Amino acid sequence: MPDRPREAIVTTVWIVVIVTGIGTLALKAAGPVALGGRPLPERLSGVVTLVGPALLAALVAIGTLADGQRLVIDARVLGVAAAAVAIRLRAPVLVVVIVAAAVTAGVRALAG
Amino acid sequence: MAGSAGERGYRYGLTASIPLSVAVFGFGISYGVLALSVGMGAFAPVVMSATTFAGSAQFAAASVLGAGGSAATAILAALMLNARYLPLGITVAPWLEGGFWNRLLHAQLMVDESWAIAAEGQGRWNPRVLLAAGFGIWVAWMTGTVIGVLFGDALGDPSSLGLDAAFPALFLALLVPQLKSEERETSVAGLRVGASPQVVAALLGAAIALILTPFTPAGVPIICAGAACLIGLGRRS
Repeated sequence: MPDRPREAIVTTVWIVVIVTGIGTLALKAAGPVALGGRPLPERLSGVVTLVGPALLAALVAIGTLADGQRLVIDARVLGVAAAAVAIRLRAPVLVVVIVAAAVTAGVRALAG
Repeated sequence: MAGSAGERGYRYGLTASIPLSVAVFGFGISYGVLALSVGMGAFAPVVMSATTFAGSAQFAAASVLGAGGSAATAILAALMLNARYLPLGITVAPWLEGGFWNRLLHAQLMVDESWAIAAEGQGRWNPRVLLAAGFGIWVAWMTGTVIGVLFGDALGDPSSLGLDAAFPALFLALLVPQLKSEERETSVAGLRVGASPQVVAALLGAAIALILTPFTPAGVPIICAGAACLIGLGRRS
């Protein structure tokens, strides 16, 4: 007979996998399926063209400075700064990503 | 009319996704390793990568489960992180063609990266590029996850490899082209600011996210940052 707690955890994991999967697809598909091929009202399109810059900048800020709910300055800042220089020099995205990872890993290795 | 934008097609989308796919592949490995380590088993993380297909949300769900959180908390955290797909889906919707299943397929393959690659500026999106780039990234994410759960602990610590910094760097590289604009100033609540609406929205979004981070659960700051786009309300694009 399998032990109960483990069974409960397995059930929890699958509930999360299934509900998150369906919910995510619903969020992704709501626009494409419900809106159909109709263009956005002009007033709305002035707003949605700014969603990308706002969310991407937030992802950059959080990814660079957040550690859970704390804001910290650590090796990632130097890694992302190096990436910014690479972007400025028009490096390909792959190079940008490798530079960020390498600088961050290097700083961590030096700091012990 | 939908989907007629430019000459870029499937080949361009797939090629443009390769540099990102390499990073996503590495991220997928770290997801597989983490999900395995919090007791999700080997099969569930792979199914989640195939269906949910959203890195940050999957990491959030795994960490909530690992911390002993309930299914409801894990689901809420993941879905809040994915709430951004609602506005992203609205942006691409006018450019998709075909029936329900075709639209659903495009929606499923829409992630931050494929959405950004498919953007052609001025509120236009290329559906073929979206599909091909999304597929390339999906394959990379799946392959990475499978390798992560198969080899688990044998691989090094993702943070010692600097993978956590690769992601903000990647998002920064995606952000910069989106800041291009012909507008030189923005009026926000009656004030004139000497920067384009894109730059103002980016700075405002980052500020909102950082200010909220200490006070709200993971994922909420990013959703709230999306509100920065409201400065575009009075604007004609």
